[in-house]
Amino acid sequence: MDLATILQVLDSTVRLAIPLLLACLAGLFSERSGIIDIGLEGKMLIAAFFSAAVAFATGSVWLGMLAGIAASMVLSAIHGLASITFRGNQLISGVALNFLASGLTVMIAQVWFSEGGRTPSLMTGGRFSDIALPFAETLRPIPVLGPIYAELISGHSILVYVGFLMVPLTWWVLQRTRFGLRLRAVGEAPEAVDTAGVSVAGLRFAALAIAGLLCGLAGAYLATGLQAGFVREMTAGRGYIALAALIFAKWRPWYALGACLLFGFLQAIALRYQNIDLGAFTVPVQVMDALPYILTVVILAGFVGKAIPPRAGGQPYVKER
Amino acid sequence: MSFVRKTLGSVAALALSAGAALADPALIYDLGGKFDKSFNEAAFNGAQRWAEETGGEFRDIEIQSEAQREQALRRFAENGFNPVVTTGFSYSTIIANVAPDYPDTKFVTIDGYVDPEAHPNVLSILFSEHEGSFLVGMLAAMASESGTVGFVGGMDIPLIRKFACGYAQGVKAVNADATIISNMTGTTPAAWNDPVKGSELAKAQISQGADVIFAAAGGTGLGVLQTAADEGILSIGVDSNQNYLHPGSVLTSMLKRVDVAVYEAMSAGEELETGVQVLGLAEEGVGYALDENNAELIGDEMQAAVNEAQAKIIDGEITVHDYTSDDSCPALTF
Repeated sequence: MDLATILQVLDSTVRLAIPLLLACLAGLFSERSGIIDIGLEGKMLIAAFFSAAVAFATGSVWLGMLAGIAASMVLSAIHGLASITFRGNQLISGVALNFLASGLTVMIAQVWFSEGGRTPSLMTGGRFSDIALPFAETLRPIPVLGPIYAELISGHSILVYVGFLMVPLTWWVLQRTRFGLRLRAVGEAPEAVDTAGVSVAGLRFAALAIAGLLCGLAGAYLATGLQAGFVREMTAGRGYIALAALIFAKWRPWYALGACLLFGFLQAIALRYQNIDLGAFTVPVQVMDALPYILTVVILAGFVGKAIPPRAGGQPYVKER
Repeated sequence: MSFVRKTLGSVAALALSAGAALADPALIYDLGGKFDKSFNEAAFNGAQRWAEETGGEFRDIEIQSEAQREQALRRFAENGFNPVVTTGFSYSTIIANVAPDYPDTKFVTIDGYVDPEAHPNVLSILFSEHEGSFLVGMLAAMASESGTVGFVGGMDIPLIRKFACGYAQGVKAVNADATIISNMTGTTPAAWNDPVKGSELAKAQISQGADVIFAAAGGTGLGVLQTAADEGILSIGVDSNQNYLHPGSVLTSMLKRVDVAVYEAMSAGEELETGVQVLGLAEEGVGYALDENNAELIGDEMQAAVNEAQAKIIDGEITVHDYTSDDSCPALTF
């Protein structure tokens, strides 16, 4: 394997990891506040649709992104309404949202565009173009580092850089701000937060809003960054892999970055090499596809450290009388 | 999860039973969905043409999960629809289960195979995809400048390998030294609807030198075609004519006349002759697309060479190996 091939695989890793990473951080905010979010998939899907539809209608990718974020936040709000305000089952609410997004996107797309549940292909203005970082071309001749900078670090769409920036930002918000401390507390011991006079519901809604924002970015990246339009079910299970990554990362932002890059890397390898010949035996491509789930199960089974979810996760908070 | 899906699925199937007429034909699409711009859409177009020409009516349903296949079949059969046409190989085993319970209903499976001896009320329509793929493979090899061409399949099933194998043989017939990079998107039905993966596969193939890529992958193929257009290489569409999606970048499309098959099944109505039908080049069941969008890409020379090969295949002078006949391919290893 030469440097060019390695760079291509890593480049592909970055593109595949970013939607996972954004969705994973969304799940992280939500679950650290005690709201389990199965609906990541649905939020990404609806964001992908609205970002593509609005980008097509207005010709502006930024308006599209805002529309995607708004749609995703609406789903978040419904999730909050069902599971915080009405104390419904968070899993069921999340699953329902996934179905809602799956059906709604295709239906609206059919009514608006009559192209069978997809949006028309976006032209240049409606898509995020790749950004060339300064000096990418001038530095390219430098051995090893030049191509790494020009190929791998430069030449992605803006949402990729935003996605990576979200990791330290998430860490800072959760660990270094008052809001973050309260957010973590509400996921561990909501009664304590309530005693301190801070609104449990308010904090959880805030966490869900952030989750909606991040899923919106992920969906917009899928439809207007990687692709040029929406196709039904285009998230193809990425929301569930993001959930797996979240568990794999033990609900921590930096670990989430590692988990998503690892899962992205596995996918990139699987796409580049159909079967991997290890001399003695070949690894079929299916193994690579299944590996994220296998790894998650291994982590859950407690072989590699313990994955302890937020203590109050999944339980609606009921004030004591 | 899956229980919820099934429950919702059965609710959807129940909703469908309202208001059925007698002996209208019915059409059940595969998971790719009615408007996939490809295989299922071709079926819909055929049915639509039948309805417009005869003034008849047909019912159709898009299923959402594997479990709905049997429910939809039984619903339509019980409500007296005849014939019940299904698209996609996945229906063959289910039709074999359902057909004996409704001996008066004719079932059609497009792309699937049901034993005609055991099930006299089933028509299996198969296409010689390897022959059509052979032709587009020749075009790919003639259009390629690098001598490397790509193939992106959807779900890894024998049918898609049949496409790949015919394509590889066509490529080798023109340029025996050509390299063919073949990738499958996945092994689950989700592989038909993952354009992001399609794009990544196309990018990986382009970086390995491919300058023409044939996508036989449903919705995933749209990602392949998009990336090919973005990166300035050629692509080949599948099933329906996809030349118009990116004019000047889509070299041609491997046509599978599912529309003709559906049209003829519906026209025959209850009198439909059952058994096994194979539609190849001779029957115009498969072919390659030539229209104003790709006229400039395919020169007279290329056209002449392909037409000659087509005539030879029909005469039996050239035999294209069918992957599904012995699960092996002389021109490509999977």
